[in-house]
Amino acid sequence: MKILVGVKRVVDYAVKVRVGADGVNLKNVKMSLNPFCEIAVEEAVKLKENKAANVSEVVALSVGPKQCQETLRTALAMGCDRGIHISTDLRTDYMELQSDAVAKLFQKVIEEKEKDIHLVLVGKQAIDSDCGQVGPALAGYMSWPQCTFASKVDLDGDGLLVERETDSGTETIKVPKLPAVVTCDLRLNTPRYATLPNIMKAKKKKVDTYKAEEFGVDLEVKNKVLEVYEPPSRKEGILVDDVDTLIDKLRNEASVIQ
Amino acid sequence: DYKNLPQRAPASIVVIDSKELEKYNSDWTGQYKGASRIVCRPQSTEEVASILEYCNKEKIGVVPQAGNTGVVGGSVPVHDEIILSVERLNEIHSFDAINGILQCGAGCILQTLQEKVASWNHLMPIDLGAKGTCMIGGNIATNAGGQYYYRFGSIHANIIGLEVVLPNGTILDLMSTNRKDNTGYDLKHLFVGSEGTLGVVTKVALNCPSLPSARNVAFLACNSFESVCQTLSFAKEELGEVLAAFEFMDKQVLDQVATEKTIPLKIRNENYNFCVLVETQGSNREHDTAKLESFLEQVMDSGHVVDGILAQDTKQVYEMWEIRESCNPIIKSKGYNYKYDISLPLSAYYDIAKKMRERLLPFPDVIVANWGHVIDGNLHLNIITPGNFEVDSQIKGMIEPFLFEYVVAQNGSISAEHGLGQSKNKYLGKYAKSEAAVTIMRSLKDSFDPNGIMNPEKFLPS
Repeated sequence: MKILVGVKRVVDYAVKVRVGADGVNLKNVKMSLNPFCEIAVEEAVKLKENKAANVSEVVALSVGPKQCQETLRTALAMGCDRGIHISTDLRTDYMELQSDAVAKLFQKVIEEKEKDIHLVLVGKQAIDSDCGQVGPALAGYMSWPQCTFASKVDLDGDGLLVERETDSGTETIKVPKLPAVVTCDLRLNTPRYATLPNIMKAKKKKVDTYKAEEFGVDLEVKNKVLEVYEPPSRKEGILVDDVDTLIDKLRNEASVIQ
Repeated sequence: DYKNLPQRAPASIVVIDSKELEKYNSDWTGQYKGASRIVCRPQSTEEVASILEYCNKEKIGVVPQAGNTGVVGGSVPVHDEIILSVERLNEIHSFDAINGILQCGAGCILQTLQEKVASWNHLMPIDLGAKGTCMIGGNIATNAGGQYYYRFGSIHANIIGLEVVLPNGTILDLMSTNRKDNTGYDLKHLFVGSEGTLGVVTKVALNCPSLPSARNVAFLACNSFESVCQTLSFAKEELGEVLAAFEFMDKQVLDQVATEKTIPLKIRNENYNFCVLVETQGSNREHDTAKLESFLEQVMDSGHVVDGILAQDTKQVYEMWEIRESCNPIIKSKGYNYKYDISLPLSAYYDIAKKMRERLLPFPDVIVANWGHVIDGNLHLNIITPGNFEVDSQIKGMIEPFLFEYVVAQNGSISAEHGLGQSKNKYLGKYAKSEAAVTIMRSLKDSFDPNGIMNPEKFLPS
């Protein structure tokens, strides 16, 4: 089985983003591997370590600027075998390059560069755009089955048994035959740390770079972003000295009691 | 007479004889408990002054208290001295972002200041495990050290101004925003580390370094302490000015931490006797990453580091520091702590741990756990009896005075950063400073506090 894993370079989750004239300010801001993509990488590497899965290769794929090579190195250090970098200077946080184009780029990679992919693992969503669309769109273009928000993935004969989390409980879905697309949710696994020996080894692993334009995919913005603004800041709470003041504020300021 | 105190301040700021007193009377280690019946929580410097003026006149002992996170019993009463908490002096007065100078009240919690100052692109110059509870006034009064001491220097190096109330109620305004000011004896430094015995710190002006745009953390495993030292040398040489912290933990403390936290490296492997946490901070991510990679390659090639992990995102940075910062609270929860905080030359740094284990062989249940700011030569040596929370005088007898005599023989310090409080004040003349020095200290104390009301029976030998 050959696995393709999507890895996106996004603003580090701990960063407090600032909004400027052109949207979120990305200058000098710490970027990291998208947490859900990290879970997808971990799942791919776990499958590779599982002899029963018979995984021949795990290929990591990233779309974005040259710094995506660092993101790919993290994936390689976690255990992926090879990396593919589709290079573009378009913003990947929804402002310029959007899900449909990314899904089509993934499709081109599968059809033209890596012809024998059996399983695509991606994060359920990226924490910058929060779209959650690449996985399902790709499955649609490839006419492959899709399982989203996977919290458990097990081999089942020629296919998979996938549990997915929903608000009303857990669904179990049987995928009778691969290939398929699975998008990964938080509780699927706990990603491993990249160890030093593996970080060193990762430097020697192959990363192929292609230009996004090479694939003939329409990269144009399909949804125009009209405005980006910060949510109104939450007012600080106050301490009151006694019950009378509390009642007064609840009644006259917060207007929650008569 | 206590009854006059409440009339000086509104009811909301004096607590008498209520259940609230518990937390003020008990220290963090659980080993010290005062019997105070009154806590004052003044809301302004003037209120602090009027309380001290009154106590000085009536000769009432006062224990200044900030976050109450100290580990030498310095922040709780020995008897029934009244407690003066600075917790309500918690205003941030100003922040000068161009010069990096923060002015705030003594009752500001360190973590709150860190978050506020970060939003203005700066850092507090200190960081310690107690940050969520400790207050800057207490940090000043104890000359708190912490993990970035090597990089940013001590509180002495970062204090720009101070406002203190003297024992007689005089407000001594030493606030300033001048980094350079050679006019007279630099009095503020007397109060830094004075553990509340010369007055009450009410306001501080502190230097804040710039927030680094690049922060990297690696967690490494070494076979021997010699390897830890070699790794430290490599770190200083290869990382140079971006090296921010270098902490060590031994297998014994990590085994305890592992009972509650997941430690990424397989430290149960018999070769991984030590773990090291290395942090770099700098203004250029590519520059720092290149230096870090070179350092890591070299220490791995040399064989001194046998395994390690490099944080790939901020979540992993926090997780690695969690492990280091959990050492103290987890060890505390396991049993009675015989707690030591010493400065030693690197050549003798870990030998003391080995010697203590030898001496304590007759007590097979005892664990000698070690961690600390090895880059500063500061060792936190903690001996615990897992499951047993009572002090054992036989065990204590095997530790003291042997440990102190050993430290003195190495020209080390018996209290690197924790201070003296009521736990180690008796050793000041014996194991720390000369008679001449202690005499001058006493005369300073008498000059500031002739009635001896400030934090009595602490700091100086009583």
